[in-house]
Amino acid sequence: MSATSAPASSLTKAPTIAEALTSGTRPPRPTPLSTSVTFGWRALLKIKHVPEQLFDVTVFPVMMTLLFTYLFGGALAGSVQDYIAYLAPGVLVQSVLFITMYTGTTLRTDIDRGVFDRFRSLPIWRPSALVGMLLGDAVRFAVASGITAAVCLAIGWRPGGGVVGVLAGIGLVLVFAFALGWIWTFLSMILRTPGAIMGVASFVLMPLLFGSNIFVDPSTMPGWLQAWVEVNPVSHLVTAVRALMDGTPVGAEAGWSLMWSAGLVAVFGSLTMWRYQDPQ
Amino acid sequence: MPELAIETSGLTKIYGKQRAVDGIDLAIPSGGVHGFLGPNGAGKTTTIRMLATLIRPDAGSARVLGHDIVRASDEVRSCVALTGQFASVDEDLSGRENLRLLAKLYGFRGKAATARADELLGAFGLEAAADRQVKKYSGGMRRRIDIAASLVVTPELLFLDEPTTGLDPRSRIEVWDIVRALVAHGTTVMLTTQYLDEADQLAGRISVIDSGRIIAEGASSELKASVGSGSLHVRVMHRADLASVREILVRELQIEVETTSDPHGLVAPLEDRSRVTAALTAIEGSGLELAQFSLGQPTLDEVFLALTGHAADGSDSDQAPEEVAA
Repeated sequence: MSATSAPASSLTKAPTIAEALTSGTRPPRPTPLSTSVTFGWRALLKIKHVPEQLFDVTVFPVMMTLLFTYLFGGALAGSVQDYIAYLAPGVLVQSVLFITMYTGTTLRTDIDRGVFDRFRSLPIWRPSALVGMLLGDAVRFAVASGITAAVCLAIGWRPGGGVVGVLAGIGLVLVFAFALGWIWTFLSMILRTPGAIMGVASFVLMPLLFGSNIFVDPSTMPGWLQAWVEVNPVSHLVTAVRALMDGTPVGAEAGWSLMWSAGLVAVFGSLTMWRYQDPQ
Repeated sequence: MPELAIETSGLTKIYGKQRAVDGIDLAIPSGGVHGFLGPNGAGKTTTIRMLATLIRPDAGSARVLGHDIVRASDEVRSCVALTGQFASVDEDLSGRENLRLLAKLYGFRGKAATARADELLGAFGLEAAADRQVKKYSGGMRRRIDIAASLVVTPELLFLDEPTTGLDPRSRIEVWDIVRALVAHGTTVMLTTQYLDEADQLAGRISVIDSGRIIAEGASSELKASVGSGSLHVRVMHRADLASVREILVRELQIEVETTSDPHGLVAPLEDRSRVTAALTAIEGSGLELAQFSLGQPTLDEVFLALTGHAADGSDSDQAPEEVAA
C-alpha cells in the first residue's frame, strides 16, 4: 500500500503539531495538594455536565428524613415535634454515610472507561486522584447535609447549638464520610463491577447505620445489640453530632469519631494504594 | 537520552492460570517507531501496561529510558506518555476541560494551563469541538484528543496502544501523520497494532508477539525475507476458471498454489521468480482471463501465517479474562 492517499484537506497538519510539541516546555512538578485540588475540580466539572449526579444527594436525604420522621415519630416519641429533636442529627449522619457508597461505583466506572489509566500514568503524587475524588464528593455530601438540615428545620427542628453547632456537626460528619470513602475506593480496586461494589457496600453499611443509636435510644435493645451499638463507630459519631447540634457538652465521643476516621484512612487508604499499583 | 528506550528481560505477567505475557525480552533503541504486532489476546496491551507502570510484572525486569519500571516507576512516568486502547480521557468533560485538567496536573497554572490546552486543540484541529463533551466526538476526533492528551508535556517515549482500531481510513491516515510528526520531533514511539499495513507504514522495526511470546523481530523487510522471496498473487476474471488457472500455475511453477479468502484469488509463494513470465504467458495462451496479478514481497499477513501457523485475525479480546472490557 502506498502513502499517496494522504488527504490534502487533512484537519491535522504536521507542522502545527510539531510547533505544539516544541513549545511544550515542562513546568515544575505540582505539589500533592495542587494535584488533589485539581482532581476535586474535575469532580465538580462532572457535576456541571451531569447534574443528575446530584439526584442522590438531594432527593434521597429529603425522602429519608420525611419517611423516618413521620413513620416513627408518633410511635417512638409521641409526636413528630419531639422525635425530630432526637432524629435530626442522626438522619443527617444516615443520609450522608449512605450516599458515600456511590464513591466506589463512580471510581469503578472511571477504571473501566480507561480514564484512570491516564491518571495513573502521570508523574504526580499517586493518591491525589483518589483524594481529589473524595474532596469533590465532600462537596456533594455538604449539599446533602444542607438539604437534610433544611428539611428538619422546616418540620420543626430547633437545634440548641445554633448555626455554629449545626455547622460543627456537619463538619464532623464530612470528616468521617471522607474516611469511610476509603473503604469504597478499596472495594472498587478489588471488585470488578459497580453492582458488586454496591452489594458489598450495602452489606457493610446496613449494620453500621441501623445497628446504631440513629433512630432509637439503645436502652430498649437486648444486651447483645446494645454491645454492638456501643462499639459501632457510627454511634460515636451520632452521639458527638447530637451534642454539637444540641449545644450540650461533647465529651470523648468527638475524639472517638476522629480516631475512627484516622484509623479508616490509615488502614483502607493503605490497602487502596497497595491495590492501586495493580488494580483488577 | 539512553541508547535503549526499552530493555526487558523475561518480563512476565500471569492472570490466574494464563501467562498473558510469558517471558519477553526486548531491546528497543531510542528514536523512530517500534511496532508491536500481534493478534488480539497476544499480550501486547499487557506488555505496554507493564512498561507504562500501570501494572506490575510477576517476573522478569524492564528498564524504560534507563529507569527500572518497578524500583523507579515515578521516573518512568515522568518521561513516558500512554494512549490506551480505550478512551483515556474523561468522556463527561469537554475536550478543552480534559486538556486543561491534564495541563494542571503537569504543573501548568491558571492561564498557562488554558493556553496550553488551546494550543493543543489548535494543533489537532479540535477548536470547533473544544467545548463539546468528548462522548459526543466522532471516532477520529476522539483519537486525536486522546493523543493530544498524551502530548501536554512532550514525552520522550510514547506508547500508542492500537491507535487506529475502529477508525475510518481517513482518520487512520491522520493518526499516521501525527505519529510521523512525533518521530520527526525526536519522540520514540512504541506502537501496538493488529493491522499489518500499519506496522509496515510506520514502524522501522517490528516485534511479532503471539501467546505472550516474541516469535520474530526485525525490520519489516527482514521479516518478509525470512518467509521467502515473495509471492505471486493472481485474481481470475471468471470464477469458473480458477481450477484451470491453478493447474497451469502448478505445472509451470512446479510449486503449491493455494486458494485465498478471495474466491477469485490464488497465491503462490515463490522460491524463484524466473518462471513467472512463462506461467503468465501460458495462462494467456490458453484463453483464460485474469482480472489482476501482482508479484511482490510477502505481506506481513503471510509472514504472520508462516511464523505462527495461524492468521493474524484472532477474534478474542486482548484483555486478560480478569480485565472486563468496557
